[in-house]
Amino acid sequence: MTSLDPASRADPVPAVPKAAETPLRRFVSDYCDSRLAVGAALLLAVIVLVALLAPWIAPQDPYDLAVVSIFDARQPPGAQSMDGYTFWLGTDGAGRDLLSAIIYGLRISLSVGVASGVIAIIVGMTVGLLAAYAGGRTENLIMRVVDIQLSLPAVLIALILLAILGKGIDKIIIALVIAQWAYYARTVRASALVERRREYVEAAACLGLSHARIVFRHILPNCVAPLIVVGTVQTAHAIALEATLSFLGVGLPQTEPSLGLLISNGFEYMLSGKYWIAVFPGVALLITIVSINMVGDQLRDVLNPRLQK
Amino acid sequence: MSVFILRRLLQSALVMVAMAVLVFFGVHLVGDPVYMFITPDMDQADIENVTRALGLDRPIWEQFWIFMTNAVRGNLGQSFIFGEPALGLILQRMPATLELAFAALLMAVVIGIPLGLYAGLYPDGIPAKTIMAGSILGFSLPTFWVGIMMIMIFAVILGWLPSTGRGDTVEVFGLHLSFLTLDGLRHLALPALNLALLKISLVIRLTRAGTREAMFQDYIKFARAKGLSRPRIVGVHLLKNILIPVVTVLGLEFGSLIAFSVVTETIFAWPGMGKLLIEAIQQLDRPIIVAYLVMIVFLFVVINLVVDILYSILDPRVRLGDRGQ
Amino acid sequence: MIRETVLEVSDLKTHFFTKAGVAKAVDGVSFSLGRGEVLGLVGESGSGKTVTGFSLMGLVDPPGRIVSGSIRLGGEELVGRPEEAWRTLRGRRIAMIFQDPMMTLNPVLRIDTQMIEAIRAHEDISREAARERAREALARVGIPSPDERLAAYPHQFSGGMRQRVAIAIALLNEPEVIVADEPTTALDVTIQAQILYEVQKLCADTGLAMIWITHDLAVVGGLADRVAVMYAGRIVEQGPVDAVLDAPFHPYTHGLIGSVPSHNRRGHRLTQIPGMAPSLLHLPPGCSFAARCPRADAACNEMPALTELSPGRGARCHHPHLAETATGGAA
Repeated sequence: MTSLDPASRADPVPAVPKAAETPLRRFVSDYCDSRLAVGAALLLAVIVLVALLAPWIAPQDPYDLAVVSIFDARQPPGAQSMDGYTFWLGTDGAGRDLLSAIIYGLRISLSVGVASGVIAIIVGMTVGLLAAYAGGRTENLIMRVVDIQLSLPAVLIALILLAILGKGIDKIIIALVIAQWAYYARTVRASALVERRREYVEAAACLGLSHARIVFRHILPNCVAPLIVVGTVQTAHAIALEATLSFLGVGLPQTEPSLGLLISNGFEYMLSGKYWIAVFPGVALLITIVSINMVGDQLRDVLNPRLQK
Repeated sequence: MSVFILRRLLQSALVMVAMAVLVFFGVHLVGDPVYMFITPDMDQADIENVTRALGLDRPIWEQFWIFMTNAVRGNLGQSFIFGEPALGLILQRMPATLELAFAALLMAVVIGIPLGLYAGLYPDGIPAKTIMAGSILGFSLPTFWVGIMMIMIFAVILGWLPSTGRGDTVEVFGLHLSFLTLDGLRHLALPALNLALLKISLVIRLTRAGTREAMFQDYIKFARAKGLSRPRIVGVHLLKNILIPVVTVLGLEFGSLIAFSVVTETIFAWPGMGKLLIEAIQQLDRPIIVAYLVMIVFLFVVINLVVDILYSILDPRVRLGDRGQ
Repeated sequence: MIRETVLEVSDLKTHFFTKAGVAKAVDGVSFSLGRGEVLGLVGESGSGKTVTGFSLMGLVDPPGRIVSGSIRLGGEELVGRPEEAWRTLRGRRIAMIFQDPMMTLNPVLRIDTQMIEAIRAHEDISREAARERAREALARVGIPSPDERLAAYPHQFSGGMRQRVAIAIALLNEPEVIVADEPTTALDVTIQAQILYEVQKLCADTGLAMIWITHDLAVVGGLADRVAVMYAGRIVEQGPVDAVLDAPFHPYTHGLIGSVPSHNRRGHRLTQIPGMAPSLLHLPPGCSFAARCPRADAACNEMPALTELSPGRGARCHHPHLAETATGGAA
């Protein structure tokens, strides 16, 4: 072991655990090691709150035709409306207040991302557990399907599915679930396999515990940490993917404008210098995705048992 | 080895057939493309004529049978919109897409490896931290958004580079290529960089991780104990080892480059097969969608085989394993 | 026999400046090495023997560095030299062999590449000439059909053969000193015996001096001329190998020998040294072995000096086992 850092080798003194340390508390204190990650988590909380409270926060209901006037179309940031209030981020091609449109768009983007993520986790977890627990041919078959699907880029799978299914919020959620379940299935199977081979699971089986009990009480809890990590990152992916598909015009219909669709609508005005219609929704999208990813990164560091001392 | 290749080919053929079946039936379940060809002044007889001309009046099983028998002969149907063979249209647009994808791959290697190497060798410095932050950003930013920003900055505000089309092309062996003319290169720059961004981040991460790991390996320390110079250790001993995972991953990612070119081509109006696909989806031009899919699955199969071969060239341990079996 | 001194190490200190504190991996090590001599450097893992080896090569990486002391090779001071000066020395005048032969050769480069570059790093000679010398070196360490083997990759060799290749590489530039860091630990016993035999012959024939780092007392007994026992970064005892192994002065050496299963002590209980080696971050002020030592008393709170207890033999202990332990058995 000449390659080992001599300092680490020379330090057998174990870290003394503090008296009242619960797993949750340790998780929180580990997470807070990085100030950047704490900031990202706070930012994410604000974003989610804004999306949840959109109708109460947004200065304007961008889909109330009584409020929106086409005469206000393409106003630059800071312009005054006909009835005298300020468009802080300007207006879009239909005269909607861009800030309000972004807040409502955020709501749609986040709901699609979270909904598809939750369903994909449930599907993937079930299939992954089934594969790990059943073993044999069932496992081989499932994992072959997973492998094939993972070798194809998610964007391609979603694109084709939407070509088949057509537009709509339900359809894009279906497409995202199908494009992503395999990641979860693989994750769950991998950690379930590790657990399955542990002595305590074998012991539980020898004691005659039911399959359901072994799976839910012994195997599943150990898959939670990797699932959380993969889930965070994949949700960010799902949001980006939805935006991409909507931008390409195959995702959400114009009646449900997510951030991607707002950007797409703004794109046509960009070449004429009206940058804000595409840029600001993009910035909102960006901040959302980056903050989720940063939280995910830190979660991986904190929850990865291999990195834990 | 040949048994292995044969098995792989058979597997791939099965995947292709499965995809074809799925897509064919999937595509036929939604929308009726006949309506695209109907004008308000047409009567019922005209509509039936159009339907018959497109072969859409027959039972779906028959349509599928015709499709499969034709597919085996390389005929994937006629585009409803263009009235030309779908496969021909795809093949026509493929060189543009491949050119874009290869340019992006090249950028990923040329930009990603040196940056990753640097970040791995001097991980604590500010430049390394900047590189890594940049690569996280490269992972997080959606491709289409970066593309839009590039157009805004380099085409609209600065006016340095054009934002649409391929520019002047040169014909080589019947292929139109952009990168051989200055104008073509200028047109290629933004879309290629846009497509490459994700892969640059990936290569930086892979190279950095590989470098950090390799620097603690005994063979690097032994090379130092031999009194080799640092350029020799980094350039030969280190690089040759980390190139193995980088090349493997990049090869496999080539397929995703082609898939993502759908986005880039749409933004930069690059006349490749991805743009054709989006147009076909919007216009319900089924044969093009199906042909695109068959083509892309075929490409994936080829890429996987090429990567396996490349891998065995780079890694002598694999080479022996083959001979031994 | 009085040997010409090749390597002289005095009061060498190599410390690691970690976040948790300063780890004194090597803390005042002194020894000298004569031409053709084999010095066994013995200790448990973490005793600082490997870091001592790397210090001699100038291969201590941050956060570690040589803090003070002197390393004189052929009368020349090495400590404080710039990196480039160290580089020209490494592999030319002082070479090293590592523990695990599976890891020391670069898996993706051919043997000839790895040998030729080692020569050409120090000498401006043609590839052909370098290749010829590489071939000779392979033959010298007992590798059959060296011509063919030059074109092979490391994975095509067995573990023992790889270690021979590593030794051949170390010999390429005819260094004065070779530092061998547990080079036979990872090998089968029969292979180990072959390699030990060859090494012994090499030293005798060429006047090569060697530092053999190991935790295996049996190897030291068969191979080394002198032995130095390290504990917690310091040499606690050194002297001619037979004398030390037969009648160790230091209680630690004593315990170490007692804890080796041996043929002629069958049926006796093996002794064990109670407790664990101390953390190098928190060394006690006095004798670092005191906490585990059956002979420790108040005096041991003060650091004992390395004192010469008989001609050519010294130990760092206030209460050495003197004449009474001539049997060398368990205490």
